[in-house]
Amino acid sequence: MSRKRRTLHVPEPPARPGEQPDFSQLKLPKAGEALKPAVDGDAAEMHDLAFSLVRVLDDKHKAVGDWDPKLDAETLRTGLRHMLLLRIYDDRMQTLQRTGKLSFYMKSLGEEAVAIAQGMALRDEDILFPSYRQPGLQLVRGRDLVDMMCHCISNQRDNAKGRQMPVHYTWREGNFVSISSPVGTQFPQAVGAAMAFAYRGEENVAISWVGDGTAAEGDFHYAINFAAVYRAPVILNVVNNQWAISTHMNISIGGATFAARGIAYGLPSIRVDGNDFLALYAVTQWAAERARQGLGATFIEVFTYRGEAHSTSDDPTRYRPKNEWKSWPLGDPIERLKAHLKAIGEWDNKKHKALEKELNELVIKSYKKAEEFGTLDEGPYPPASTLFEDVYKNELPHLRKQRQQLGV
Amino acid sequence: MAQMNIVQAVNSALDTLLERDENVVIFGEDVGYFGGVFRCTDGLQAKHGLHRVFDTPLSEGGIASIAIGMGINGLRPVAEIQFSDYIFPAFDQITNELAKLRYRSGGEYWAPVTFRTPCGGGIRGGHYHSQSPEVYFTHTPGLKVVVVSNPYDAKGLLTTAVEDDDPVIFFEPKRLYNGPFDGDHTAAAKKWDTHPGGEVPEDYYRIPLGEAKVVAPGDDVTLLAWGTMVHVAQAAAARSPTSCEVIDLRSLLPLDLEAIVASVQKTGRCVVVHEAPRTSGYGGELAAQIMEECFWQLEAPVERVTGWDTPYPHTLEWEYFPSQERVMEAIARTMENN
Repeated sequence: MSRKRRTLHVPEPPARPGEQPDFSQLKLPKAGEALKPAVDGDAAEMHDLAFSLVRVLDDKHKAVGDWDPKLDAETLRTGLRHMLLLRIYDDRMQTLQRTGKLSFYMKSLGEEAVAIAQGMALRDEDILFPSYRQPGLQLVRGRDLVDMMCHCISNQRDNAKGRQMPVHYTWREGNFVSISSPVGTQFPQAVGAAMAFAYRGEENVAISWVGDGTAAEGDFHYAINFAAVYRAPVILNVVNNQWAISTHMNISIGGATFAARGIAYGLPSIRVDGNDFLALYAVTQWAAERARQGLGATFIEVFTYRGEAHSTSDDPTRYRPKNEWKSWPLGDPIERLKAHLKAIGEWDNKKHKALEKELNELVIKSYKKAEEFGTLDEGPYPPASTLFEDVYKNELPHLRKQRQQLGV
Repeated sequence: MAQMNIVQAVNSALDTLLERDENVVIFGEDVGYFGGVFRCTDGLQAKHGLHRVFDTPLSEGGIASIAIGMGINGLRPVAEIQFSDYIFPAFDQITNELAKLRYRSGGEYWAPVTFRTPCGGGIRGGHYHSQSPEVYFTHTPGLKVVVVSNPYDAKGLLTTAVEDDDPVIFFEPKRLYNGPFDGDHTAAAKKWDTHPGGEVPEDYYRIPLGEAKVVAPGDDVTLLAWGTMVHVAQAAAARSPTSCEVIDLRSLLPLDLEAIVASVQKTGRCVVVHEAPRTSGYGGELAAQIMEECFWQLEAPVERVTGWDTPYPHTLEWEYFPSQERVMEAIARTMENN
């Protein structure tokens, strides 16, 4: 089709507020259709995986195809528990933000499987370079909810010492590297961390996540190129949740798929259903195994949908149809895993209700405990002298002078 | 005249510019359909067209570099960097390319680009949503740097900045978008409707770059400030027993040295107030220029009240934010040598 050029082309999303959600352009292959290459396969033979979509759970909630990780029921229930806890925790914290207890919040709604399934497919020694949308990794690695909350309400027990906005967690014990707001900066850093593992001859891997919007930043390209050049043991994920604040993914990418970008750099590149716990687990496990064997990096597009606003600072009804998430053809990751567990006879509604109740109580109890260490409104905060700590390893003379000027 | 806040004044300036000059194009992250995270471009895409006000990929380096290319080829781009804390991926394009283009081409090429970017703290934004990076740009020959303190100036200065054939970095303190803020975070938030700066002509007007404004006349100490700190300095001056002359620099580069010198030669004392950290801050530059021009009239060393030399904190924001009290103490110190 040729068309006379009249002015600059600017893309638009399929639907805006007031219109019906439109996902008719999505081509969704059937579950079980994507082939699973050998871990030591040649990246050049895997190009199909960048345009297809790895799916394991079929419409009848059964696990099908080569990518089925064949997890035992206990592992699946653990995954369900983590995802449900993350959702309940998010709901509670967002509500508290609305009442002024937190300065800011961001939810993982609809994307719970990303951090949980991918986190569970890794070892604790593997180092995590998440974006702000993977707090669930901490649940997988057993972080105390009270500690997570103390950070979010910026009290005196916040291990980031009140220096960051909420959800910018840091947790060295869990190999969870401090979150940065500027998007994408962690992506090439993860490659560097992976190169350090390789340098020391260790089996561990590094993993990082960015969003579809971030795939336009230079850092994104630095990361995939360095990862490919040095065969770094790293897993690089683009979580394509369709929206970067108000920027639809088709303003981020001019064509093809995000996964296809990895091909050009020579990496195995896989597109996976981000709301399919089993598919995500399997793809991550495959990539981790490849990295551990010294075969280099894998690039993954995690295909999902951002169910909530970007953060408590924006109102998505101003830029997208109100019910878009409910129309997302790949469903809700929690509901899908739950349905699978029920389909294999390992779960029922009664157990689910009981679990919800237990986790609700855990979150409420944890928040009460967290508040004992102070609140954003009333403190106690970290002492004012901590303002001057950690700028350098040791306090420099000019900072000592400024601290004394403040009288602390 | 209309009552406007800074968001509306910026919007009005851009609207007027889009109408007057078909070469003006506006772009950045979330600025198109959504109208910007601070709503400064609200409604402009619907009114002026998708190709004139549009969303970009999340790529500050990309935004800066396409702006340069458009500028070289006849357009007059106004690019938004969503937070000035996010301008650094564009730093190379701005400081090495844009700033030096006219010089390196012997005057053959230039790019009339304006970067609008919200700066400053006081909004519980932590260190990635609170910085004041103006000196990275004043230190780069070839760039002009503006920091606004009220709606009237915002519209007049933005109009001039966009029409300027040199590149301009235009800082909008986000704490001032909806109302003046004098540093007293315990007081109820004020709106612009009771402030004279909130009266803004709906029509086109310009305020020249490089003209400071005396916002409060006085005799004994000169207070130099820009952005949010203009309001802090004014409040401190009002509470201080000393007669203070408060000057809003408005543009840091070009700098209205004449206005500064006239005031300091009269008062013999000077306090510079800025939100950015102290070391290598613009206060150091001002102190040096005052020393060069007013050495024999100075009665006391020039004082600086600034952010500390630490990243901008979240919880302890008000321990960091230069307060009225700290300004008053500095005024008192300059008077000790009386």
